[in-house]
Amino acid sequence: MIASKKKPLEEILGYLQDAQSVFIVGCGDCATQCETGGETEVAQMKQALEAAGKTVTGTAVPDVTCNILDTARLLRKQKEAVAAAEAILVLSCGTGVQSVAESQESKPVYPGVDSLFSAVTARKGQIYERCVCCSDCVVGDYAGICPMARCPKGQLHGPCGGYDDGKCEVDRNQSCVWTLILERAEKTGQLERVLEHMGAAGVKDYQANRHPAELVFEPRRAGRL
Amino acid sequence: MREAIASGRFIITGEVAPPKGCHLEHMVEEAEHYRGLVAGVNVTDIQSSVMRAGSLVGCLKLKEAGLPPVLQVTCRDRNRLSLQSELLSACALGITDVLCLTGDYTTLGDHPQAKPVFDLDSVSLLRAAKRLTTGKDMAFYPDRKNPGQFIDGETLDGDPPDFCLGCVVNPGAVPVEPQIYKLLKKIEAGAEFCQTQAVYEPGKFEEFMTKLGEVPIPILAGIVVLKSPMMARYMNENVAGVTVPQWMMEELADKETRVAKSIAMSAKLVSELKPMCQGVHMMPLGWDKHVPTILQQAGVLQ
Repeated sequence: MIASKKKPLEEILGYLQDAQSVFIVGCGDCATQCETGGETEVAQMKQALEAAGKTVTGTAVPDVTCNILDTARLLRKQKEAVAAAEAILVLSCGTGVQSVAESQESKPVYPGVDSLFSAVTARKGQIYERCVCCSDCVVGDYAGICPMARCPKGQLHGPCGGYDDGKCEVDRNQSCVWTLILERAEKTGQLERVLEHMGAAGVKDYQANRHPAELVFEPRRAGRL
Repeated sequence: MREAIASGRFIITGEVAPPKGCHLEHMVEEAEHYRGLVAGVNVTDIQSSVMRAGSLVGCLKLKEAGLPPVLQVTCRDRNRLSLQSELLSACALGITDVLCLTGDYTTLGDHPQAKPVFDLDSVSLLRAAKRLTTGKDMAFYPDRKNPGQFIDGETLDGDPPDFCLGCVVNPGAVPVEPQIYKLLKKIEAGAEFCQTQAVYEPGKFEEFMTKLGEVPIPILAGIVVLKSPMMARYMNENVAGVTVPQWMMEELADKETRVAKSIAMSAKLVSELKPMCQGVHMMPLGWDKHVPTILQQAGVLQ
């Protein structure tokens, strides 16, 4: 999922300075898990905007806001409320914000949260970055742990000299990924292989990670393999 | 550096830092204290991620003054195009002793908002530099004339550069094994000498050297001259793998005797480390003028 955090209300009110009426869109998926754009946060935002003197014409929480077609369909169901708003505030990651913008051609759309990273969830409220979507997965060479995502310097050939007691120099609360990789490699019996790769690793091909990326393919038809 | 390595003598190197400003005279004055004593003087590359004048221009200034510069190159601020270009520029200026490092992270310095690059790391930088010495660069792209084939390295114009490449290791890191693995990779990649992070405990350093075993390149123990108990505490709290023992801090408590005691402690450290390694890398952090005395007291000057 995409981790996100709430923007400060002042920043949101700054966006909305020219809009007296607002429609709020949340997201039933990632932003709900991050408690930044679920039903609860959308209701809280409605209250906060009303307290700031705005009119909230309606709210919607699509299942997955980054699905452009589903989100457009949901907003069509409330088209009067959407039409009555001078702006739309979207409490979801940046892809959700732009997904809404695609179907609302003549309506200003503003983000109410900041997208952080592609994430795994442990317990509720414990969300960590594990993948930077580098387009060329290397975790198979590092005992299932990604040094691109979990080393601030994204090193492929082993740790820098900055770790202390297995902790990263950039953030002492985080483990140095290289101690994690080597510990896990020992447990999985891959130590020799990982060490060999640490030496043999090449350099990253950043062509594969160029923006804007796209993935367009002929989808499988229902009932066919 | 290569001459010093080949001689088999105890190797001494020094270090200076360019200023945050465009007047390098003071840096050259500091380096003057090393004249005739060292095989090379490292010029740091925006160390600790604090913006300042560059290593290359610092090296040039030392060279013009007749001192032997060692260019420090880190991967934090430049991608592979710029790193290789920097190496060619250095060679064009006659600067061929190069220390390759990954570099401190951006957030540790005074421009924490800067975009960190880290396109290469210390090992791939060493490999790139080594490859330049074979007359080829890192270029790799589809050959337009032969579909399915790749251009693997563009050929450099003229004679290739001849670098003597160096690397670093942190012998005090916990755990130390990953440091050793990586040092071995650096040696494979082409490193010809190694300078270490600051050492204060000869016993621990000896353990490191024993774990490392025999390696084909000289290891130069890092000596950061302690100036005050405050500095020692700062290093203990902030520099990974560095532990200044309590007794050293106590030695420096009295301001009156501080300089003399600091010199004596550093000298003792150098002479204790001498049998364990092939040289020392002096990092006096502005106390360059005391380095000759330290080396003399340590009995390592020839």
